[in-house]
Amino acid sequence: MNIIVCIKQVPDTADVRIDPETNTLIREGVPSIINPFDENAIEAALQLKEQHGGQVTVITMGPPQAEGALRQALAMGCDEAILISDRACAGSDTLATSYILSQAIRKIGDYDLIICGKQAFDGDTAQVGPGIAEHLGIPQATYAVDVEVEEQTIHVRRLLAGRFETIEMKLPALLTADKHMNDPRHAGLRGVMQARKKEIPIWSIEEIEADPERCGLLGSPTTVIEIFPPQRSRQSQRLEGDPHEVASQLFAKLRENQIV
Amino acid sequence: MDFSFTEEQREIFAAVQEICAEELKPKADEIDRRGEYPWDNIKLLAELDLFGIPVPPEYGGLGLGFIEWAVVGELLSAACTTTGAVYGAHMLAEYPIMVFGTDEQKQKHLAPLARGEKIGAFGLTEPNAGSDAGAVQTRAELRGDEYILNGSKVFITNGGDAEIYVIIANVAPEMGTRGLTAFIVEKGTEGFSFGKDEEKMAYSALSNRELIFQDARVPQANLLGRERRGFRVAMATLSVGRIGMAIGAVGLAQAAYDAAVAYAPTREQFGQPISEFQAIQFMLADMATGIEAARWLTYSAAWRKDQDLDYEKQAAMAKVFASEMCVDVCNKAVQIHGGYGYSKDYAVERYYREAKLFDIVEGTSQIQRLVIANRLLKEAKSQ
Ligand SMILES: Cc1cc2nc3c(=O)[nH]c(=O)nc-3n(C[C@H](O)[C@H](O)[C@H](O)COP(=O)(O)OP(=O)(O)OC[C@H]3O[C@@H](n4cnc5c(N)ncnc54)[C@H](O)[C@@H]3O)c2cc1C
Repeated sequence: MNIIVCIKQVPDTADVRIDPETNTLIREGVPSIINPFDENAIEAALQLKEQHGGQVTVITMGPPQAEGALRQALAMGCDEAILISDRACAGSDTLATSYILSQAIRKIGDYDLIICGKQAFDGDTAQVGPGIAEHLGIPQATYAVDVEVEEQTIHVRRLLAGRFETIEMKLPALLTADKHMNDPRHAGLRGVMQARKKEIPIWSIEEIEADPERCGLLGSPTTVIEIFPPQRSRQSQRLEGDPHEVASQLFAKLRENQIV
Repeated sequence: MDFSFTEEQREIFAAVQEICAEELKPKADEIDRRGEYPWDNIKLLAELDLFGIPVPPEYGGLGLGFIEWAVVGELLSAACTTTGAVYGAHMLAEYPIMVFGTDEQKQKHLAPLARGEKIGAFGLTEPNAGSDAGAVQTRAELRGDEYILNGSKVFITNGGDAEIYVIIANVAPEMGTRGLTAFIVEKGTEGFSFGKDEEKMAYSALSNRELIFQDARVPQANLLGRERRGFRVAMATLSVGRIGMAIGAVGLAQAAYDAAVAYAPTREQFGQPISEFQAIQFMLADMATGIEAARWLTYSAAWRKDQDLDYEKQAAMAKVFASEMCVDVCNKAVQIHGGYGYSKDYAVERYYREAKLFDIVEGTSQIQRLVIANRLLKEAKSQ
């Protein structure tokens, strides 16, 4: 079973700071990591490979530094890595990104399953995975927490708001991994050492036969008008005293604020 | 001269740092409180291939150097000193088999140690033989194709939990150190059992058991090196062990310093953060300076070992300097925390107790000075 995992390198912080002048993320001095949900995607792929054999290829679209994320994925146990890096990719929105990744996947060709993280930690759109499936015309299952493969079909359990849903798809298919899917492994030293020895090819948009009009800013109908940190209204209040009294005070407050 | 790590080394240390921060450090206090041997951490270390760093790949290791082994030990010790101690003591079984073992012994015993499938221990100390290793009374007698061992060892780190023991016994007690002989003894060997687990000032989760040999039957194939060469095996093992102890002390001191430098700006007295007082600043400066000096002294000993240069003197220097530095740094870290540093709510209380071990184990500070001075005088004479 051949699996392609799409990953993204993101800044290592939940508390992303934003430059108020330029409305862009401040990346300086922030170490980069693999997007956490993508680590679940890698883990899912490695587990499927352990059960069914085959190859795991990890790909990313990004600047040359994104190679670091690919090496980390190789260290975890992925077999091959490909970096799609081209100036023409800069400024891609989710439509252009999913188009570019789908072109790279077409070039790889031989695959049974594509796994993405459910969303990127820095953009939170959850659109790239589904976009890839649409571009390739294959079925998709988002928010996967469990997966079972039987010959050419796959059963995916999805975690939706307050309920699970199990669906069946024909392969090839795409799924996006939820963080509850698994507990991603740590890369061992042997893996780190082997990953260093692997070649990571860099593909340009020409090599994946992508239409330049559909890449980067040119191919991106979405423009981000403003990025701003949420206003934090931290109005905490401490209720003290006899537990019974505190409980009724708390209830009164919840009423007052129309929470209950 | 180049004081930087290679890119590969940096990647390796980053991978270890990640598990230290995510898995080991958050659990260190609980491990100390619960007092149970940290099997979960040990499994994790095995998964990450940390138990065979300098062991050749043909015996299940990574084929890296003692520099890598030492820096990983430093990171582990800073995150969880108990786990660092297991890692260090494990090498005391691996190293003598790696250097003095036959190919067969390496396949059988070194490979599972390197892969972390089995834990190792080293038994030299006896009730009446501590600093004076020549006083070892455990007897070994060849009968047929077996050695029969009688006697006991105390304080043995990983004792009872380890499966492979390198034991120093005597085949000719009348010859003192010249009768010492090393053996590989497996857990489960007939006549080999475990006694008291030492209750200690710190490291409640670390096992330090008595090993009891009552007509223990050790196959002749488990003779490590040659008969009557055990003193050399023990000294070579302890030399590497000293690098391990020195770097463990550096790691622990770093953790204590990190705690102190984080605490000082947050605690206000007399209307200002205590970090504004020069008395506190000077302590922090001395702590950081001591750590830096000990770290590079220890790295240089490990580097000499990797370069096949004589390193015993440097290892002894690193051991005594780093362990005394560590005791001092942990003392200051408690001092900077004031009463809170004496409370179990703060990790520095534990660090202070843990630090003292480094001064004693694997050759006390006094014995290190003896080793160093012997070397110095010999060198002076030969010039
Ligand atoms: C937690 C822990 C773990 C240990 N793990 C192991 C292990 O895995 N394997 C193992 O074999 N042993 C182990 N040991 C034993 C340890 O190595 C010994 O405790 C140490 O070598 C000191 O020996 P001793 O305790 O008999 O002290 P002693 O030798 O009795 O020393 C007492 C004092 O006399 C001083 N002294 C002794 N001789 C001289 C001299 N010639 N000149 C000046 N001063 C001298 C010493 O420096 C010390 O201050 C461990 C000990 C501890 C506490």
